[in-house]
Amino acid sequence: MSNTTTKTNRGPKTGVIEVPEDVALSVQHLKKVYQTDGGEIEAVRDLHFDIRAGEFVCLVGPSGAGKTTLLKCIAGLLAPTSGLVALDGRLVTGPPKGLAVVFQEYGRSLFPWMNIRDNVELPLKNQGVAKDERDRLVDDALEAVGLAHVPKSYPWQLSGGMQQRVAIARAIAYQPKVLLMDEPFAAVDAQTRADLEDLVRRVWKRLGITVLFVTHDIDESVYLGERVVVLSSSPTVVQEDLTIDLPADRDQLETRSMARFTELRGHVYEQIQRAKAEAPNRTSSTPTV
Amino acid sequence: MSLAKRLAYFVGLPILLLVLWWALTIGNTNFFVPKPLQLFEIFGDVWFGDRLVTDVLPSIGRLLAGVAISIVLGIVLGIVIGSVRLLRQLTEPSLEFLRAIPPPVLIPVLALIIGINDQMKVAVIIFGCIWPVLLNTIEGVRAVDPVLNDTCSVYGISGGARMRYLVLRSASPQIMTGIRQSLSIGLILMVISEMFGSSSGLGYAIVQFQRTFSVPEMWTGIILLGLLGVALSLVFQFTEKRVLRWYHGLREVDR
Ligand SMILES: Nc1ncnc2c1ncn2[C@@H]1O[C@H](COP(=O)(O)OP(=O)(O)O)[C@@H](O)[C@H]1O
Ligand SMILES: [Mg+2]
Repeated sequence: MSNTTTKTNRGPKTGVIEVPEDVALSVQHLKKVYQTDGGEIEAVRDLHFDIRAGEFVCLVGPSGAGKTTLLKCIAGLLAPTSGLVALDGRLVTGPPKGLAVVFQEYGRSLFPWMNIRDNVELPLKNQGVAKDERDRLVDDALEAVGLAHVPKSYPWQLSGGMQQRVAIARAIAYQPKVLLMDEPFAAVDAQTRADLEDLVRRVWKRLGITVLFVTHDIDESVYLGERVVVLSSSPTVVQEDLTIDLPADRDQLETRSMARFTELRGHVYEQIQRAKAEAPNRTSSTPTV
Repeated sequence: MSLAKRLAYFVGLPILLLVLWWALTIGNTNFFVPKPLQLFEIFGDVWFGDRLVTDVLPSIGRLLAGVAISIVLGIVLGIVIGSVRLLRQLTEPSLEFLRAIPPPVLIPVLALIIGINDQMKVAVIIFGCIWPVLLNTIEGVRAVDPVLNDTCSVYGISGGARMRYLVLRSASPQIMTGIRQSLSIGLILMVISEMFGSSSGLGYAIVQFQRTFSVPEMWTGIILLGLLGVALSLVFQFTEKRVLRWYHGLREVDR
């Protein structure tokens, strides 16, 4: 019904894609051109990267770089114009099982006719998860995002930040293997944001899931990620793929005040400035920091 | 608002108008001018005797059947047409054409095809009532938020579950608007369908009273129709409040 859910498959017919053993998510020469009444819009030119199973990768890039487009291609909501996405070595042609997305337009991603609890519960119910198990997962998820006290409220009765936490709770309760998040904390206040950042790290560790986290906040990307992928501005390619060699146990105060943190942040900042200034370089360089 | 206060608001103006009517018709001897007390006296005799079974209940039955079929058919077809772009484009001109036909002109046609019976009358009601539901449902289904749609896709909510949790609920404000319009159209068509060549029903009875110069009786029929309209509207409002609680809340917050 919506043009965002096409399932055209222009990739190989077999559906099995050759990827290294430990790669969970493989994006290969992905290109996406939107056909609009006003002509063609090239949102993503040539994106190529792998994410290993269990990795926490942050994706930063200027606004309009095609981050949301990339996420939708990965989630199987948009068919790439060329190139492909493979999840666990299987070509993505539609929304894969075990993948959850927290959308950028969080307010519109909640069902306004369901209360908070029902919103979080719906995907589980739809999957046929038993009632006890469902209740436990929903309770845990609401507890984790600090919304255990408002299960009967409706989304539109909550602030933007709380709505986003509901969307996060729904994704967590679903127990995905891969979690995609599209600028999830853009609308929440600083304190909540710090709490949610730590929550996402905790969930990532506890469930051992693969996380791809889109943000335009450089600090956030360095604080959260094991790796930061910097996108160029449009036409979009991978500008830089940076390993974040900070200790695994992150602490808002401690980690952020480390010299290495400042160094990495400075580096990402520089890359983004370069991405904005110059036409993107086509080869994704692996820099020495 | 408390229940008592709401009730007072609800009946306040009607009572005032009744009193006014009564006061203005005191001493009036014109046979064609109805008097409230007189109508009140004969109302029960006219409608709650034999006519309850021969005219009132059959009329209401046909009305409810016609409206119910229109609602179900309108929603089902509306979801199908609204979900498939090609169908939408193919059906749009025809729907506009069919909708433009005033349903009463079908009465002679249907009387020839089906005969003058209950089915014909229900068919006339359906032909008038289905359009608001159908067209509003199509609009509602079309307007499903793309982000919610993506959300359903990601979480594997498809097919019947998608209809139930997403499409129907999301289109429900428009569907309810369509139903409200259908109810008033239904009442009109119920009466009209009984006025030609019919032998029972409220419409028939009112025409019959008029032909036999039973003017007060005729007026009670008109009042009964008005009361029926009010009852339908109350049932509708009661249902709408429950079905669209979220929608009214959402709109209040947006404002
Ligand atoms: N559905 C669409 N149709 C046409 N153009 C689109 C659509 N969605 C996004 N775009 C365009 O593609 C480019 C990338 O958008 P987007 O993926 O939303 O970027 P980001 O999330 O990085 O801000 C923008 O120029 C945007 O205008
Ligand atoms: Mg975006």
